[in-house]
Amino acid sequence: MKLFRSSSDVGGASALMRRRRTLVAWGFALPFTLVFCIFMLLPLLSSLFMSFTDMTSRDLRTPFNVNFMGLSQYVALFRDPQFLRSLKITGIFVLVGLPLTMALALCFAVALNKGSQHLNAFFRALYYAPVVASVVAVSVVWRYILQRDGLLNSALALIGVQGPDWLHDTRYALPALIVMTTWRNMGTLMIIFLAGLQTVPEDVKEAAAIDGASRRRIFWSITLPLLKPTLLLGAVLLSVTYLQFFEESFVMTQGGPLNSTLSASYYVYQKFSFGQYGISSAASYVLFVIIALVSALQFKVLRSDD
Amino acid sequence: MVLAVVGGFWVFPFIWMALGSLKTQREILVSPPTFLPENPTAANYTKWFSELHFGTFFANSLIVAVVTVLGNVVFCSMVGYALAKIDFAGKKILFGAVMVTLMVPSVSTFVPLFVIIANMGLSNSYLALILPFLTQPIGVFLMRQFISGIPDALLEAARVDGAGELRIFWSIVLPQCGPPLATLSILTFLSSWNNFLWPLVAMQTEDKYTLPVALSLYSTGQNATNYGVLLAGAVLVITPILLLFVFLQRYFIQGVAMTGIK
Repeated sequence: MKLFRSSSDVGGASALMRRRRTLVAWGFALPFTLVFCIFMLLPLLSSLFMSFTDMTSRDLRTPFNVNFMGLSQYVALFRDPQFLRSLKITGIFVLVGLPLTMALALCFAVALNKGSQHLNAFFRALYYAPVVASVVAVSVVWRYILQRDGLLNSALALIGVQGPDWLHDTRYALPALIVMTTWRNMGTLMIIFLAGLQTVPEDVKEAAAIDGASRRRIFWSITLPLLKPTLLLGAVLLSVTYLQFFEESFVMTQGGPLNSTLSASYYVYQKFSFGQYGISSAASYVLFVIIALVSALQFKVLRSDD
Repeated sequence: MVLAVVGGFWVFPFIWMALGSLKTQREILVSPPTFLPENPTAANYTKWFSELHFGTFFANSLIVAVVTVLGNVVFCSMVGYALAKIDFAGKKILFGAVMVTLMVPSVSTFVPLFVIIANMGLSNSYLALILPFLTQPIGVFLMRQFISGIPDALLEAARVDGAGELRIFWSIVLPQCGPPLATLSILTFLSSWNNFLWPLVAMQTEDKYTLPVALSLYSTGQNATNYGVLLAGAVLVITPILLLFVFLQRYFIQGVAMTGIK
């Protein structure tokens, strides 16, 4: 086989071959590249362009007939208390939701990593089910459960606690959304952690057990350190998801009450729906940069893993 | 044992959804709530079919999802093959561009996308819902990874026998790509079916709404507390995906383990 290849790689024939190969390859890549450039790269670059202009919905048909504003949209953005608040809300969402989801996912993954294979496959599916369901659909039932005289408060009344009107109280709306989002996303992390747990070698654990280490000790000193790359990967993936948190608050609270669940993504959507494309793009770019930084961290983590 | 009890709680919202969808509007707002419906009724479901154009929304969702899946299967496998097995000028740039966009959130592109789609005259059309999702970077990544694992000797032998690249792709590479294509199809179908932000923004008339958009607009209007109908709608949105999940569970889980996304 090698003989054929080297004989054809000589002089002019090889240059011709290479050109032909490039043509053929681009033939394969062209349909994808075309759509990719128009609907992925172009919007990404236009978003940056639009964030430097005063574009509004009136310029929809004449997108180049706009005024260049330099950085003033960004200045306006960081002077808007609503935007700063939306960043803070998104931050709280990530900082509370992330550890909660990770801890739960780790518990379930560890529990599902031992015992009967058959039963575990069933439970795995059970715990993963919320992930595949539409946010809009599950939001409907959560809203129904959380309403003032809904199921949760009726259950609380049984033990003598009077629950608040969860989604209409500025103190409880965000925590309620965090719990629901945790419920929805735990399954993904659980699967990732399960895959990670299966790479922890049994014999190391056995050796430690023979040396008299307790199960708790083995978990904290052997399993967890070996699981570190998986945990980091999960943390980054989930924070990217949580940084974009929007749909839950759109369907459950419309950003309320009193904007207490208005996330950064929601802010982008709100400015867009008001027709203020320039500032909406600027906000979306700020969010994109934050997410890109977190993703860059992920690539770094993955690299160091190799 | 603990797993079973907690698992019961975990899927309880689904059970509560199904039970609620069978209750009458009077019973559903009763406090404290009843567990099983006293007079089970299908009225909430018939409302979706008779008054709320469920058929249209369902067809819209299905058409968009199926075409998006097919497009991704074709496009991603082709570009994946070129990236994995052919040495060509511009390969590094193409792959780099795809990788950079791997993590671009939809919230950062939907505003300019809206402008682009409007100027292409595609507003409120199926194509507006399909085209932006036809080329998923994760699909390229998945296909390239898998095709890289197919032994070179196999392709080289076919080349020596005089087969062209298209022929090699079609009769040697593609038949082996079952597992990653199944994963890609399911991930794409799932994200298309549940996609919300973009269809909400891009579709303006009711005859083009997808199921989640229709449900959310119904739920935020004057019918916000019309829970019977809303829960029936939720059941109708979730059931097709849940069925798919029950039968193809393996691929869903493989997809997560392979790509780390949902």
